[in-house]
Amino acid sequence: MKKTTNSLQRGEPFIWMGGAALALILLTVILMLGVVLANGAGAFWPARLSLLELKDGSRVLGEVTRRQAETPHSAERLQIRVGNRDMYGADFRWIETTAIKAESYPPDAVWAERMEHGPFIGFVKTETKSGAAAMIVLADASGREKTLTAGQVVRLYRPNAMSFQAKFGLYLARLWELLSGQPREANTEGGLLPAIIGTVMMVFLMSIFAFPLGVMTAVYLREYAKDGWAVRGVRIAVNNLAGIPSIVYGIFGLGFFVYGVGAGIDRLFFADKLPTPTWGTGGILWASLTLSLLTVPVVIVATEEALGAIPPGVRQASLALGATPLQTLTRVLLPMASPGIMTGFILAMARAAGEVAPLMLTGVVKLAPSLPLDGSFPFVHLDRKFMHLGFHIYDVGFQSPNVEASRPMVFMTTLLLLAIVLVMSGTAVWLRNRMRKRYAGGAF
Amino acid sequence: MTKRETAICTVDDPVIRVDGLRLFYGESEALKGITMGIPRKQVTALIGPSGCGKSTLLRCFNRMNDLVDGVRITGGIRIDADEITDPALDVIELRRRVGMVFQKSNPFPKSIYENVVYGLRIAGVSKRTALDEAVEKSLRGAGLWEEAKDRLHESALGLSGGQMQRLCIARAIAVNPEVILMDEPCSALDPRSTARVEELIGELRKDYSIVIVTHNMQQASRVSDYTAFLYVGELVEYAPTTELFTAPLVKQTEDYITGRFG
Ligand SMILES: Nc1ncnc2c1ncn2[C@@H]1O[C@H](COP(=O)(O)OP(=O)(O)OP(=O)(O)O)[C@@H](O)[C@H]1O
Ligand SMILES: [Mg+2]
Repeated sequence: MKKTTNSLQRGEPFIWMGGAALALILLTVILMLGVVLANGAGAFWPARLSLLELKDGSRVLGEVTRRQAETPHSAERLQIRVGNRDMYGADFRWIETTAIKAESYPPDAVWAERMEHGPFIGFVKTETKSGAAAMIVLADASGREKTLTAGQVVRLYRPNAMSFQAKFGLYLARLWELLSGQPREANTEGGLLPAIIGTVMMVFLMSIFAFPLGVMTAVYLREYAKDGWAVRGVRIAVNNLAGIPSIVYGIFGLGFFVYGVGAGIDRLFFADKLPTPTWGTGGILWASLTLSLLTVPVVIVATEEALGAIPPGVRQASLALGATPLQTLTRVLLPMASPGIMTGFILAMARAAGEVAPLMLTGVVKLAPSLPLDGSFPFVHLDRKFMHLGFHIYDVGFQSPNVEASRPMVFMTTLLLLAIVLVMSGTAVWLRNRMRKRYAGGAF
Repeated sequence: MTKRETAICTVDDPVIRVDGLRLFYGESEALKGITMGIPRKQVTALIGPSGCGKSTLLRCFNRMNDLVDGVRITGGIRIDADEITDPALDVIELRRRVGMVFQKSNPFPKSIYENVVYGLRIAGVSKRTALDEAVEKSLRGAGLWEEAKDRLHESALGLSGGQMQRLCIARAIAVNPEVILMDEPCSALDPRSTARVEELIGELRKDYSIVIVTHNMQQASRVSDYTAFLYVGELVEYAPTTELFTAPLVKQTEDYITGRFG
């Protein structure tokens, strides 16, 4: 047979380009995940403590966190996490390798996690175990002593003497603390429970508002509105809403929900408490409403697409059997569109979970005194301020007094946020696949 | 056989009486004054070249034209005593009395069972025994029972094309209509499935009045009792099928059925 097409006509370069683009995207995603994982996942592993004897006679004990190669300006040097912030003023220290005489790993070196001032790294001098008044005297590498009460110490361990299993157990315990504990030390240590609850609850509330609003709008646009310039205008506006910077939504939320609606509610129902605002200040309700405005276009577009993809024959069949337009909608069209709607929902959820800027204006705080969800009536407190993992990353990573020491926390928080988004959208994807199976083959 | 006098025959006791029906899609006139009676419990075939208004006429009988923007109708259509062009008429009720089967089979993405009972459910029937009964009766009526009885709760989309079309017929007869409209019900089917559906139409005419649009002359002559030939929006000839096919009065009809145009 005569060869009549060349590779360009067969479209091979396009396939190659497509493949390359996909590979590039995959690579970026993997790289980013890798960086986060590498920095975050190891953070809780008990690190080996090195005792360095310097040529000037002093001794330094700590974890080697970084090794910087020689540059024209400085010799090769090590970054050591020495802890004992209350005594040294800083957690970290740089030491040039040429200044080191000897390095050893004493098995009795201890790492004491404290409620305040970061870890104490040193040795145990004396320990008095007598119930609540237990005291412990610690000394650093150069012999300066520090006395701590049992209440001040979170946990104390000797990493150089621990077996792998013991380290692993400790790792899990710290991970659990992260998931279930309260934050300490300006959020740089301790747990993330309030932020986890805040994030999940905010996304949940956002869904409650955005989902019905988006689906109803789309149904109206697609099924009821007469196609004219008005509808077309609305559609263009909706599609372009996604291009508005999210901070603008935040400003709108602040102006409309907080100062407008919230302050109005206060004047009407909580006048006796003024000037202390009840609703007229940022809170999880206003933040969720603001975010639902931000994500509703995604739901609208997805729902419209899904409804539009339903073959007209199905619609006609339902109407020809005597169904009203509403019955057709609820019994045939919406179920058939549900996988598509879910796709929009998943995108909206992921977007909402990762959004920070609008929240900063409408209710997120660095440290919330109480959770928006607790055991006291009415259990859900929509007026309360809340903590959020995304904001936590910004706060701990860039606003904390001790940025270097809180780095692992930033990566752990990122990981956690990713995991939460993954779990939530995973659940939605699972639901969608079930729907797809049920209503499969909408197009035939 | 006596020679017919008029090209358009009159029908005694028709189930549907069309009276000077004109239909406009915006400015263009798709039906230009049609007067005919659809006989009760008989099969009436509508034939004619593409675009002559067969589907449009058919859709008038269950007011599916309402779905098209800018449709205007003058003249009258009566089903028994009810004027169905009346804007105040309950369209839902009408569509229960006049069922429809489409060219492209269009089952819902639900189980076979739920497809059949769809019309009943939306009409408010929810008693299990009534639904079960209707499913068996309709599927038997549509000649699908033997094939489908063991998979009633499986998706209807797993059926073959021919089975799907028979399911659509079962779905239409489940609500027990008076009239069934079929718009080229076999045009997407293979010869064997077509034969099944034709056989089915023969059985259904015992209980229902059927109006069928077809492009297939053999099919029209095989299944129908009366045949109407439409040409650009006008009813050219309407007569009992055998008479129309053996002795057409109008030259246009003769040309069309002998395949000289259209
Ligand atoms: N929704 C519509 N809007 C405007 N014009 C229409 C519409 N539907 C049909 N028409 C016009 O009305 C005329 C009759 O159409 P109809 O569909 O009834 O033809 P038909 O006889 O069923 O043809 P076919 O055999 O191809 O199905 C055609 O000229 C068509 O272009
Ligand atoms: Mg047609």
